[in-house]
Amino acid sequence: MKVKNIVIAGLGGQGVLKASDILADAAFRAGFDVKKSELHGMSQRGGSVSSDVRYGDAVLSPMVPPGEADVLVVLEETQVEINRPTLRAGGVLIGPDLLDPAALKNKKSLNVALLGAASTVLEIPQEHWLAAMHANLAEKLHTLNEQSFAHGRAAALARSSTQ
Amino acid sequence: MTGERQLLSGDEAVALAALHAGVRLGTGYPGTPSTEILETFDQLGGHAQWSPNEKVALEVGLGAAFGGARTLVTMKHVGLNVAADPLFTAAYTDIEGGLIVISADDPGLASSQNEQDNRHYARAAALPMLEPVDSQQAYDFTWLAFEISERWKIPVILRLTTRVCHAKTVVHPRAAVSDTPEPSFARNIPARVMIPAYAKPAHQRLRQKLAEIAAWNDAEGPIRLDTGSADLGIVATGIAAVHAREAAPKASQLTIGLTYPLPLGRIRTFAMGVERLVAIEEGDPILADSLRAAGIPVECKPEMYRFGELNVARVRRILAGDTSPEPVPPKGKPPELCQGCSHRGVFEALRDLGCIVAGDIGCYTLGVLPPFSAMDTCVCMGASIGVGLGLRHVLPEAQARRVVSVIGDSTFVHSGITGIAEMVYNPPATGHVVLILDNGTTAMTGQQEHPGTGRLLDHSPTGKISFEALGRAMGVQNVHVVNAQDKDQSLQDLVESLLTKSETSLVIARQPCVLAAPKIRFYEKAAAERISPSSCAADGAGQ
Repeated sequence: MKVKNIVIAGLGGQGVLKASDILADAAFRAGFDVKKSELHGMSQRGGSVSSDVRYGDAVLSPMVPPGEADVLVVLEETQVEINRPTLRAGGVLIGPDLLDPAALKNKKSLNVALLGAASTVLEIPQEHWLAAMHANLAEKLHTLNEQSFAHGRAAALARSSTQ
Repeated sequence: MTGERQLLSGDEAVALAALHAGVRLGTGYPGTPSTEILETFDQLGGHAQWSPNEKVALEVGLGAAFGGARTLVTMKHVGLNVAADPLFTAAYTDIEGGLIVISADDPGLASSQNEQDNRHYARAAALPMLEPVDSQQAYDFTWLAFEISERWKIPVILRLTTRVCHAKTVVHPRAAVSDTPEPSFARNIPARVMIPAYAKPAHQRLRQKLAEIAAWNDAEGPIRLDTGSADLGIVATGIAAVHAREAAPKASQLTIGLTYPLPLGRIRTFAMGVERLVAIEEGDPILADSLRAAGIPVECKPEMYRFGELNVARVRRILAGDTSPEPVPPKGKPPELCQGCSHRGVFEALRDLGCIVAGDIGCYTLGVLPPFSAMDTCVCMGASIGVGLGLRHVLPEAQARRVVSVIGDSTFVHSGITGIAEMVYNPPATGHVVLILDNGTTAMTGQQEHPGTGRLLDHSPTGKISFEALGRAMGVQNVHVVNAQDKDQSLQDLVESLLTKSETSLVIARQPCVLAAPKIRFYEKAAAERISPSSCAADGAGQ
């Protein structure tokens, strides 16, 4: 399979890195070659954070080249335009406006909800998403995040069916 | 954890390889992007410990290697400057157990004060250097580094960069060693006592070792050849090699794993088979310069690509000879001092007092940003005290009296104590005021323990250094402990009064890091109840 490029972006503290961990792990469990990369350190003190995930038969560079992201997931409205140049022509943007914040039981699970939305355009079977969430989140958070994931997925499917 | 494929960061891969290769001791000082190596090694069951600084970490590691143990010493690139003194002479010695020194470089300055290229250290100290391109190689090269280290009785530098340390890629581990030789000391004075009479022949031996390693590298070193078009040949190292493969998939490429001493024979043969040879390397043009010095014609990247990280797009530009201005990525939101930071009160006080602030390395460096703008210098770990004293010595009195040095607790233990010695020994005429911002952790790198917290790397209790007792014992004239939050302005009033005295002062502004505080309470409770603190480690506030 040709390499799939996903960029997840937001602000420090929103769970960008956790989301990219789950995505990379799910792709890994699905048997793909995977590379995931981001910058840690000072960028986590409330500043802009973005993480690149690439998977396919064989991935070379761990960074998504500008203008080559197939999917861009953004957790914070102010970060959409900053990250838009990473998206290829015809790429899919999944922003926080997809969801009504009131519909999420815990706003901290927005990262996983938007992953659920992204899952509708990625070739990763459901069972691997679930296993990756379980492996990367504390057990007490499993049910909440499964619900958020399903909610995001349903919202994305509803939107695509109306477009 | 053996056998099955895993998705690991380069740091985790090094830790796993260290465990599998039978490392008996891992030492280091936290620093992005190296920190997770020792933390992971500890979580996997290895014996890992934070040292006060990188110099001590390397010295402890060297002792362990003299004793016959496989040893891992970790640090970020600037940490190797601190450890350079033991490094250069450790190169002359014969070690028994394999010794790996990790240099985790930060091209692009994701979280550092400079982007120095530590490949220079391999040449300067005359030590072999391995540079992996991904986590699999980070794993494999850790094993290989021990083999080289033990075969030639020489420390080996494993150089990682941010994108190797933190990128997660797939790793196929090998079987762990079942046993390693029991450490034991065998006296060998000429190999380990570096007085001139022994160091002179040791220097000759070192150069002989390097010549043998270079020949080995040519014959069977970790070199990958991708045969492609003869029109374009790429010789590449480190993470730049995978960018290059993606940027020019049809080119022929030679990827060098052991980048010092170089396999010049292999590179020369490769160069003769291609029309055009380009060196693709991040940072300084070290590979290109070395090949040119060896008489191998090679194109060097234009000067503009010395700065920052490389990526696929930049490698395409290098290959196209494109020196037009690069597109400027949109500016993101900069980091800031945490909204709830318990030390914001200190920066408000210093701002309101109009202080000239000699700052240091840590979260509190963010005090330079608005709304505080309360920092005037920041150079390296511990420099706040020396720089503050220097300013005090030469400035006119009215300005000199406004100078304070601000340093964090972990940084103070790392390199601030000698600054206090300097202050007591050479006090400026106006005296001086040093503030230790004690938040009870090494916050910026992710809340690691240090000798001032009274807890070990795994958060279990140990001896604790008291900064106030230390200041008094060293002869500082005024030593005060205050609450960093400064809700009642007592901190500001105290600093204001100390600035008028022509005496030496140490103010310890104490309040735990808000991010670390819940965990610190847990560790204290665990210590009181004598249970293992590690049960909490996986459930922390990190993300």
